[in-house]
Amino acid sequence: MSEEVKVPVKAAKTEVSPGVQALRDVVENVYAEAREAKKRGELVGWSSSKFPCELAEAFGLHVVYPENQAAGIAANRDGEVMCQAAEDLGYDNDICGYARISLAYAAGKRAAKKLDSATGQYVIDPNSGKPLKDDSGKIVIDTVTGKPKKDPKTMKPFTVVDDLNEIAKLPEGEEKERRTAALKSYRQMVMPQPDFVLCCNNICNCMTKWYENIARMHNIPLIMIDIPYNNTVEVENANIEYIRCQFEDAIKKLEEISGRKFDEERFEKACANANRTAKAWLKVCDFLQYKPAPMSGFDLFNHMADVVTARGKVQAADAFELLATELEEKVKTGGSTLPFPEKYRIMFEGIPCWPKLPDLFKPLKENGVNVTAVVYAPAFGFVYNGLDEMVRAYCKAPNSVCIEQGVAWREGICRDNKVDGVLVHYNRSCKPWSGYMAEMQRRFTKDLGVPCAGFDGDQADPRNFNAAQYETRVQGLVEAMEVNKKVREGGK
Amino acid sequence: METIINEFKEIAANPKKQLAMYKKQGKKIIGVLPYYAPEELVFAAGMVPFGVWGSNNKNISRAKEYCATFYCTIAQLSLEMLLDGSLDDLSGIITPTICDTLRPMSQNIRVAMGDKMPVIFLAHPQNRATSYGLKFSVNQYTNVKKELEKITGKEITDADILESIKIYNASRKARREFVKLASEHCDVIKPTVRSAVLKAAFFMLKDEYTAKLEELNQKLAALPICKWHGKKIVTSGIIYDNPVLLAALEDNDIAIAADDVAYESRAFRIDAPEDIDPMMALAKQFANIDCDVLLYDAESAKNNRGEFVAKMVKDSGAKGLILFMQQFCDPEEMEYPYLKKALEAAHIPHIKIGIDQQMHDFGQAKTAIQAFAESL
Ligand code: SF4
Repeated sequence: MSEEVKVPVKAAKTEVSPGVQALRDVVENVYAEAREAKKRGELVGWSSSKFPCELAEAFGLHVVYPENQAAGIAANRDGEVMCQAAEDLGYDNDICGYARISLAYAAGKRAAKKLDSATGQYVIDPNSGKPLKDDSGKIVIDTVTGKPKKDPKTMKPFTVVDDLNEIAKLPEGEEKERRTAALKSYRQMVMPQPDFVLCCNNICNCMTKWYENIARMHNIPLIMIDIPYNNTVEVENANIEYIRCQFEDAIKKLEEISGRKFDEERFEKACANANRTAKAWLKVCDFLQYKPAPMSGFDLFNHMADVVTARGKVQAADAFELLATELEEKVKTGGSTLPFPEKYRIMFEGIPCWPKLPDLFKPLKENGVNVTAVVYAPAFGFVYNGLDEMVRAYCKAPNSVCIEQGVAWREGICRDNKVDGVLVHYNRSCKPWSGYMAEMQRRFTKDLGVPCAGFDGDQADPRNFNAAQYETRVQGLVEAMEVNKKVREGGK
Repeated sequence: METIINEFKEIAANPKKQLAMYKKQGKKIIGVLPYYAPEELVFAAGMVPFGVWGSNNKNISRAKEYCATFYCTIAQLSLEMLLDGSLDDLSGIITPTICDTLRPMSQNIRVAMGDKMPVIFLAHPQNRATSYGLKFSVNQYTNVKKELEKITGKEITDADILESIKIYNASRKARREFVKLASEHCDVIKPTVRSAVLKAAFFMLKDEYTAKLEELNQKLAALPICKWHGKKIVTSGIIYDNPVLLAALEDNDIAIAADDVAYESRAFRIDAPEDIDPMMALAKQFANIDCDVLLYDAESAKNNRGEFVAKMVKDSGAKGLILFMQQFCDPEEMEYPYLKKALEAAHIPHIKIGIDQQMHDFGQAKTAIQAFAESL
């Protein structure tokens, strides 16, 4: 059983609370278990983030999540080279950055440290690294250039893309060894290749062709759960019936793939875990209602990884519950993980630009802006009872619902979490998400009386983000919030 | 023949005039956005289905209030026309949601139209050929039917639908026939003409259209098959009805042997059965469409669509393929690498030309077409 496999986890670099550490370990374990399983010759599947994970859990199948992987690769600053690698394979740069990264990866492309073929040494990027500090902690200036000197220990090689298939074809020897050793080894870059794929297009339609492409590359089975787009807040019974039949078909196909019978009991357990995780996730998210909040909403973006990769596992539920207890304590003592005093509270709309997290955070920090609402809270916190309700829950993904539902989710958390403004990410990668944001912005302003600002960016491809534009927009939002605040205070 | 061709040309170039004409006749007209809406139901309701696939003669301005720039111009310009009054004569519009652009666009259109006109939502199933997929299609089409009935105030009977299916099947057959004849007589049916004839179908009642097209087909069939000294290619993509692009093909003696284009053959490859329940027949018609960038391929591990297109090129006697890639169209873009793979495996040369409906500079496209023609 996947839950019983214990895999040692690397020590975390920075000091974090046990709850946060537990959440990190859960995700680390999902990847580690998949790697171990692959080594033992067991099957590993790739799944879209809102495929009903309860189904694969019922078979004890190992599943990893390309969207989470792509976000991780992007956050590790390898999004651009991987996107470029996909473009070299013929995938247009208009395509979702996650899809491009994933398709490049599926094709065997890997980020690697750049090697000097003559010397066998890594080629160091002169722009990398942190400034060198002397014993008193002062930055050392290079007398020749007048610029700060770099600490050689923190400097890194250039990143290039290598190809596993090419490496495999090399004769045994030095080159093969060197190139293998140069491949980056963080968990998302050593995720096992798939033996089957699980696709659910409730997130987007792009997913359908993305997974078909992977199935073709590896000649492997694909299970497709199609969730038709919804035009009403209520999901019609016809949709439920259509999707339920697909769940049943998926179970049959999983029986074929795994060679095992569907285990009702395990399924129930996975459902129970998923419900517990969802409840605990919502509980954690709800701590952002406190003023000031005991954490930064950006933390939720990181914890999303657990909701995506492990919501059917008991460990994820445990970890979220632990975090909730910690936050409760923080609220009592008045502490917060937010590294600055909270002056304004906003909803951050959309997926963050993973490669640019520090750039996103910087002007928010400077202006005392805490993100206290993200749509992921209601959009991933599904509690259900029984198969039909489970089907209904999977109909409600961020991009499969009508505008009224989308607005209701967002305005609900904006009210509950008392936001002063909304910052909207017009995400080049995500057409269905960004496609009705302009209208949503108008509604937020009308219904909530809060200012909104939009900026252009991308969840994975750093080339589509402009830090200067972002800062200006944040500035504009802060000014508008300031005006609102004064009006409110003046009115009192 | 000249007269019929000119009529088609006139209609294809002036959809607005058609709209006004039908309106004047007292008919109700229903806009139909891409893709695969069961137009048969509109016809069965006694209304005029009217294709709305953007425009080559408009600028995006009002639509900007709803949508960012990274969406295909087809969707943006369709919204633009709904906003700027060009489509005020419509009595309703059907919004399918089969791609990621059309999903949010269906919402924008519903919001933007408000009380102006009914917006009829349609979500097709991707697992469409299974028994439950068919049932879901029937359910969705029944919703469409009900909405149409509200507009006309009349019930659409099974007999009406069956009659409409027959007319549509005949129309699809005539268009398939025309595509073949256009290749055999590519000296007469140049790319511009071919495009106009197929485009006119989107703005005409199908019985009227088919009668005219059958007449043209007859006349073409009577001509001796032409000895073409230029190049023959297959076209692929969503739409390539821009006159400048079509002229560029003609200028380089390129004839079209067949197409894998959404606005052309992909729209009429498959007929509906005439011997079963008519709503189910429409569901089956949709379910039987395959090898399409927009539709899930149940045999995912195979490269069915790529190979299908490569075979089409071979079977049609074409020497190469031009892919008109609609900018920001991710379904087309996602399928390109495997189309390329299949074409290369079959030793079929191809080029990919990026286009959109707001194109002003055709220099690059023209050069690419010329170079490609010379290389064939
Ligand atoms: S051109 Fe592409 S993106 Fe645009 S509506 Fe058609 S399929 Fe969707």
